Amino acid sequence: MSTTRQPLHNWVWPGVVFVVIAVILVMDWRLASIAAVWLIAWMINTILARNETTGASILVPVIFGLTLLTLWELAVRLFEVSPVILPAPTEIAVAFGANTSTLWADFVQTIIRGALVGYVIGCGAAFVTALAIDRSSFLERGLLPVGNFIAVLPIVGTAPIFVMWFGFGPSSKIAVVVAMVFFPMLINAVQGLKASEAMQRDLMHTYAANYWQSLIKLRLPTALPFLFNGLKICTTLALIGAIVAEFFGSPTVGMGFRIKIEVGRLAMDMVWAEITVAAIAGSGFYGLIALLERELTFWHPSQRRG
Amino acid sequence: MAVTEQHPPCALCVATQKVLAAVLPVLAVVGVIVAIWYAAALGMNRGWTLDVAERQGVELTRGEIWRDAMVQERPRLPAPHQVAQELWTTTYGEDFFRERRGEMRANPRSLFFHAYQTLAPTILGFVIGTLAGMILAVAIVHNRAMDMSVMPWAIASQTIPILAIAPIVIVVLNAIGLVGLVPKSLISAYLSFFPVVVGMVKGLRAPAVMDMDLLRTYSASRIETFWKLRLPASVPFLFTSLKVAIAAALVGTIVAEMPTGARFGLGARLLTGSYYGQTIQIWSALFMAAICAAMLVGLIGFIERMTLRRMGLDR
Repeated sequence: MSTTRQPLHNWVWPGVVFVVIAVILVMDWRLASIAAVWLIAWMINTILARNETTGASILVPVIFGLTLLTLWELAVRLFEVSPVILPAPTEIAVAFGANTSTLWADFVQTIIRGALVGYVIGCGAAFVTALAIDRSSFLERGLLPVGNFIAVLPIVGTAPIFVMWFGFGPSSKIAVVVAMVFFPMLINAVQGLKASEAMQRDLMHTYAANYWQSLIKLRLPTALPFLFNGLKICTTLALIGAIVAEFFGSPTVGMGFRIKIEVGRLAMDMVWAEITVAAIAGSGFYGLIALLERELTFWHPSQRRG
Repeated sequence: MAVTEQHPPCALCVATQKVLAAVLPVLAVVGVIVAIWYAAALGMNRGWTLDVAERQGVELTRGEIWRDAMVQERPRLPAPHQVAQELWTTTYGEDFFRERRGEMRANPRSLFFHAYQTLAPTILGFVIGTLAGMILAVAIVHNRAMDMSVMPWAIASQTIPILAIAPIVIVVLNAIGLVGLVPKSLISAYLSFFPVVVGMVKGLRAPAVMDMDLLRTYSASRIETFWKLRLPASVPFLFTSLKVAIAAALVGTIVAEMPTGARFGLGARLLTGSYYGQTIQIWSALFMAAICAAMLVGLIGFIERMTLRRMGLDR
């Protein structure tokens, strides 16, 4: 069956592309050029995707991303969208290049002094609490349902309260971040500490291993995939918490502050530059944790390759 | 009689015991939290009480300080009963509609009204996000190019703290004439589509090789395989993600309401509360949001149990 289908593919795609572009061209040449870029890029990706090589698996998403950026640029330029509504990627890049020192100061204030500190404190506290819960079944039956309940609540809402309590400085941002990351991390850590199998625990028991030995040699390693799952979820939460908290009050530096101010001045290119910083910081932070996970949990089925 | 007759334990006793074992620890923890809350309220509010007393030159006994710390109008931390009272008066104490300038309008004093203002975009956004997520997941599973190009960006899109810039998105959408329900629900949709994509892709790929092979021996087409095997297999995964997605959708709406000058909705309640120092209002809005989240997740959980039971997948 596949042998009869294969030759069909070779001309069907270019044919479809041509017809679609021709139809749209009749309506509007600007739409047609956007559609042309999209369909040609998509065609290249479809052909590339048939390869199983690692090169293709990197190239395909890169082409897809570049296509989206090109479409954005084209749409803004061709339809003459006002920069107050949506600036083109090149304009954002220019704003980014011109304001690197401001962006860096905001990054340090919000990410390093707010989100990162809160992330470490929150995840650390959650892990210690998970150890306590793990040792007492009463705590587990009591705290876990409450924790599960709180984890789905809109905790961002506590931002105005914490800003009121701890002032405009980084400490209020840290408090918001701690509140946001604590429960998702707690649930994952508790789940992880239970992940070892009864057989494995029995083996440790026959070795006469005490609590700490079996914790370090068996239960922590088996908990790692769960811990990393929690850590990865919390990276984004930490950034969100720190930036949202700044909307409620901050010193005159910080990403949330800058976004709020620049929106007021209608300097959308600067706002998008700030968003770019947030995106890079978020992806970088997540990537770092994911890299660490791959190094430390190389034995887990989800990390196996090839 | 040599053999004593073993009574089966009475069903009611067993049931009560089970419920008690589940509920008691939770009640204990909640009790401890409330106790800590009262203690914290006392500790944080007594400073204000002492300030006022000093300015008036009045000596207060300890009992008077305690009593005053519990009933302040703008406490740093309202006591639980104050929040409960505010919740009660703004829900059952206020009519949902009231007459104004000769016509019946929604009453902005009613917390139910604000909750409705938040829930409507949440649910609309959740539906949009879920549908988009499901379509995307089906495309990803069936098209290799989709899988390779979209999946990495879907993951990257969630590492971007979009929620933090949600207010800006709202401002921009308002500028191009989109007002009201839609902008808020777009934020909710953006947040809820991702868990659905991930869960659904996992679910659609869940059928074992053996099952797929069986359908191949039946010479089933891709569409038949989809309806008869892949889709049913994905349902448990889908529901797990839906619970995450609806909670995320609610958070999205609330944040979207915050610094955009929205006048109605729980997020707007939080914001006006923080502008005017109305801490009791902030806390009651927070609790209303919590109740909404619990209800939504509970509702999805209920539908999940019903569906899985019908499908014979419940354990």
